[in-house]
Amino acid sequence: MIKSELIAKLAAENPHLTQRDIERVVGVIFGRMTDSLAKGGRVELRGFGAFSVRSRPSRAGRNPRTGEPVPVKAKHVPFFKSGKELRERLNVD
Amino acid sequence: MGETLTRADLCEAVHEEVGLSRQDCAGLVERTLELVISALEDGQQVKLSGFGVFQVRAKRARMGRNPKTGEPAAIEPRRVISFRASQVMKASVDSALSK
Repeated sequence: MIKSELIAKLAAENPHLTQRDIERVVGVIFGRMTDSLAKGGRVELRGFGAFSVRSRPSRAGRNPRTGEPVPVKAKHVPFFKSGKELRERLNVD
Repeated sequence: MGETLTRADLCEAVHEEVGLSRQDCAGLVERTLELVISALEDGQQVKLSGFGVFQVRAKRARMGRNPKTGEPAAIEPRRVISFRASQVMKASVDSALSK
């Protein structure tokens, strides 16, 4: 499923709203999550999961082509942990 | 820094920015998350451009250990979610936080 398919499904469920409004809604939802992480915050959505930011220390990397050592700077990366309900729903037997 | 965004914050943001009723906003936030979950349940990949990709991966059975007692314990095969943030999200998180 891609974003436009998600929007189409939401639009079909909400005939009283315009497609344009639904597009904005989806943009605000995922945009706010990104903004929160960019401020060093977390996103916690019960049943779905939690997004947080993890820091990675600087390390010595290598140029895979030449094998030369290259310093890799410390960085911050987004991290997602699935929620309990989502994990359970993926594993019903 | 360090604030936690919840469903309620998302509903409020949608209400303020798009101007729909709070009831519509709450329903849309809920259905958005639910549609992502049900696509993943079906084994589909969910690709949200600018945000990232959620994927379902199958893990095979392996022997693990109870971390508390140290006893060996069988881990059943299971499905897990992997999330890969988009380049856009990675860049905005890293440039804001690493100097």
